[in-house]
Amino acid sequence: MLGRVTLDGLRWLGEAQLLLQQALGLIARGRIRRSETVQEMAVLGFDSVPIVLLTMLAVGMVLALNTARQIVGRGLTPYAGGLVAISVAREAGPVLAAVVVAARVGSAIAAELGSMKITEQVDAMRALAVSPVEYLVVPRLVAGVVMLPVLVVLADVAGGAGAYMIGITQGIPPQEFIRSVQQFLTLPDLFGGLAKSAVFGFIIAMVACHVGLRTGGGAEGVGRSTTSAVVISIVLIYLSDYPLTWVILAFTGFTL
Amino acid sequence: MTERCPAIRLEQVVYDIGGKRVLDGVSLRVECGEIKAVIGLSGSGKTTLLRTVVGLVRPVSGAVYLETLDITRLSEAELEQARRRTGFVFQGAALFDSLNVFENVAFGPRHHLGLAPAELRRLAREKLALVGLHGIDELMPAELSGGMRKRVGIARALAMDPQVLLFDEPTAGLDPITSHAIEDLIVGLRRELGVALLVVSHDLEALFRFVDRAALLYEGRIVASGSPAELRRSEDPVVRQFVTGAVEGPIHVM
Repeated sequence: MLGRVTLDGLRWLGEAQLLLQQALGLIARGRIRRSETVQEMAVLGFDSVPIVLLTMLAVGMVLALNTARQIVGRGLTPYAGGLVAISVAREAGPVLAAVVVAARVGSAIAAELGSMKITEQVDAMRALAVSPVEYLVVPRLVAGVVMLPVLVVLADVAGGAGAYMIGITQGIPPQEFIRSVQQFLTLPDLFGGLAKSAVFGFIIAMVACHVGLRTGGGAEGVGRSTTSAVVISIVLIYLSDYPLTWVILAFTGFTL
Repeated sequence: MTERCPAIRLEQVVYDIGGKRVLDGVSLRVECGEIKAVIGLSGSGKTTLLRTVVGLVRPVSGAVYLETLDITRLSEAELEQARRRTGFVFQGAALFDSLNVFENVAFGPRHHLGLAPAELRRLAREKLALVGLHGIDELMPAELSGGMRKRVGIARALAMDPQVLLFDEPTAGLDPITSHAIEDLIVGLRRELGVALLVVSHDLEALFRFVDRAALLYEGRIVASGSPAELRRSEDPVVRQFVTGAVEGPIHVM
């Protein structure tokens, strides 16, 4: 039993590596289908905007409320805006946007590719001499890497707006909040967060495509794939978050 | 016949699924311009056999020749080249459900031939006309009946002018009249296009009406082969049981 689980796990990883190699090989040779990629960008990007904005607005508001309670009355209000902005830009924006996209888009990709697999559409594509990796996987990978940072820019703005709205009602003077953000938030904070989110976008698309294309066992299999895609990509996002942050800090000149 | 024939030749093909031997040394020839059937029980490996012919699955051992080319030795990229000369009609048609009928039929040519949009449109209409369909370019697969889906699947398989056409259960799940129409269509394709056809099915009555030769796949091997008349006359107990559909006999299904 244990041996079988291990074997299945190793096979899963081996096949994932193979898919990754094929996809990166195609991308390196510039075989990126434009119309499919643009379409996937629209699905992955624009459709996720409302839920990402809502999530980050709420998070920004709560962060500001908590922060304000700690610092108002202790003469620390000049730090409030900066503290919240750095939290949002470096961590909350990239990670929460990624989790939302994993749940919303990763599941959809796994379900779509999974149902194509079980209805033989993936085989039909291969039989028509078109590579499913080129036609299905590469556009989604590119869309993930490009669009997640775009979503994170919006997430950062929404988080900042939420924090501002609550901050000023909790005793932090508006100009002081703005000035604090300008003083503490640096470009490396923003770009570090965006770089991290590009990696998260890659993880989400890659996991969803891989899980989707391995689907077997009918409608039930599609359901299982959908769940696995979300769970596996969220776990990988959390696991990669710390090392990524470490690398980004090293690159942006912070001593550790 | 030229040296490009037979169109398909399988030599001692072995294939396992989940530790179970599904194909156990299958050898088979499909001559150019011939309609050949592989018959067998449900789950006897007929579909798997068909899938080895275009390299959708790779045999454990043995060779699969498309004309003179052994496709078991090809890389995935080389296989893509070889597949342009074959057409595969899937059991459930396997139409791309996010694309309309025109886009389905034009899928292969759009990716391989670099045609202008108007030419793609003309080519797709021509292939759809071959299967008797007109004016449904913009419909989505979900809007089609089972028989129409099957025909669109055939038109899509014909789009790259293949020399070899493979059919997985061409009449399964269709009413008798539509089944007959599909059979006539298959015979017509051979007559008009001169392609070699390999058909797998368990519907013996339907197959025997239109195939030239049939082979019986049983327990992973081809146990009998011949024209429908020859198979009907066969004294072999397995063949007899299959042809007559008797429950009693050497084949146990329950």
